[in-house]
Amino acid sequence: MFRRSEQDKRPQVQIFVDGVAVAARQGDTVSAALLASGRDARRSTAVSGAPRLPYCMMGVCFDCLVTIDGVGNRQGCLVPVAEGMQIEIQKGKREIGK
Amino acid sequence: MTVAPKREDYDVVVIGAGPAGLAAAATSAEAGLTTLLLDENIGPGGQVFRAIASTPVTDRNQLGADYWVGADLVQSLRASNAEVIQRAIVWSLDRNLDIAVSIGGASAFVKAKRVILATGALERPFPIPGWTLPGVMTAGAAQTMLKSSALVPDGRTVIAGQGPLLWLLAAQILRLGGRIDRILDTTERGNYFAALPHAFAFLTSPYFTKGLSMMREVKAKVQVVSGVTELAASGDGQLASVSYVASGKRETIPADLLLLHQGVVPNVNLAMAAGVEHRWDDLQLCWSPVLDASGNSSVAGIAIAGDGAGIGGANAAVVRGRIAARAAVEALAPAAAAKLPAMATLRSDLAKAERGRLFLDTLFRPAPQFRIPKGDTIVCRCEEVTAKDVLDSVAIGATGPNQLKAYRRTGMGPCQGRLCGLTVTELMAQARGKSPQEIGYYRLRAPVKPITLAELAAVPKSEADVKAVVRG
Repeated sequence: MFRRSEQDKRPQVQIFVDGVAVAARQGDTVSAALLASGRDARRSTAVSGAPRLPYCMMGVCFDCLVTIDGVGNRQGCLVPVAEGMQIEIQKGKREIGK
Repeated sequence: MTVAPKREDYDVVVIGAGPAGLAAAATSAEAGLTTLLLDENIGPGGQVFRAIASTPVTDRNQLGADYWVGADLVQSLRASNAEVIQRAIVWSLDRNLDIAVSIGGASAFVKAKRVILATGALERPFPIPGWTLPGVMTAGAAQTMLKSSALVPDGRTVIAGQGPLLWLLAAQILRLGGRIDRILDTTERGNYFAALPHAFAFLTSPYFTKGLSMMREVKAKVQVVSGVTELAASGDGQLASVSYVASGKRETIPADLLLLHQGVVPNVNLAMAAGVEHRWDDLQLCWSPVLDASGNSSVAGIAIAGDGAGIGGANAAVVRGRIAARAAVEALAPAAAAKLPAMATLRSDLAKAERGRLFLDTLFRPAPQFRIPKGDTIVCRCEEVTAKDVLDSVAIGATGPNQLKAYRRTGMGPCQGRLCGLTVTELMAQARGKSPQEIGYYRLRAPVKPITLAELAAVPKSEADVKAVVRG
């Protein structure tokens, strides 16, 4: 859906998406890194389980909700990636304890 | 980065580091007022100057001169004594000018003598069939990724809608080597005639030549279909195709990415939750705060600058930020105001920056069928409520958006009405034969962004706070 422009010379940052290593770039938000990865990053809604991807990328729509380092319901579009960050695609509601 | 505010009290707290907020905070701090700028993004810039301090798109021609203006604003801010906190989510502002802000998972409280809200705009909801499918995004979303991560559309890409941002985004995508298969222009043909009386001001504004050259640049490379009157996205769990009607003819094209845009509207949540009076704007078709010439709202001490004050664009936002900050300086440290540009100068700058706006607002007034959906089209993305659900609720007695919450939970999901509020107001107004002003909007309350109960429970409390709620 998206690809990186060749001029992007930012250093790589390794994150893990559902346990799989993914190369992101320093300064990417979690949502941007997921969309750039080419992986299936669709979450599912808490109401009907419908698949969704980020819609607004600016903090208003909450369709980028994702589990980051064990904490659920984070807005992936507002969180920058960090080395070793553990991302889980959130299916349905945030779970208790996450 | 994620540090709590240094003080408990500030002369001025500015919320939002876009064009208006950057200008307001720098002006206020330069005049010697203790100034705190809170912004929820990773870096300053807001949406227009998104990632201005970090963008990997270094060829200045690609994002354009209007973008790089933001670098000077950031430089002025950094040269001032303003305290700036990024990734700071303001979740409460009240009439006492007490502000609650979540930073790195912990909440802090600050008090201001004056608050300047510069929370900007968001893209108008574009509720067409299939707009919740993965692969359908806003044009602004694509532009955010382009500016902050140099990401460009790669698969079969359709851009649909209308307005200046749509053409700017298309030009930027093409300059960065991205792919656009087709542009579907939904501008109503009748709008061209309606906008004609305002054409002179527009033709003599800087928007005109810039806009025209951008449209030429895009049209040379992409097929543009104008007069689009119907639009739908479809696919099974993922966007597969876009169908549209133009000049009475229906066409369906395969697509991996659909970018929607039909203008921007003020982001009202924090201002409304603080009790600021808003009115329905019949031209811009949105809620705008009631403000005086210096941006002061109906709540003493709260001013609003930038697109949150009514859509005026980035240049107007910068000037409105300076006006609101100057008004704060005049109120709190009148002697220091002498150092700043005179209010009369700023007001004339604003008139200049707003030139041509009436033409744009009239030309790009979105068509009713793209604002007021029908049938199974989702209105509330969070709670997955359709237009039919809303109309069924009206039929059994729901009178306005607040009653509708009890019927269908619209606006009660995490986005708190940001993506459905305008649609619900207009849909209910139409169904009940009332004006949007009469139908009203959701009653917004803190927390305006969700925070966890754990964070709330961890807030420092006095003995009196505890006694107020604990029995025995």
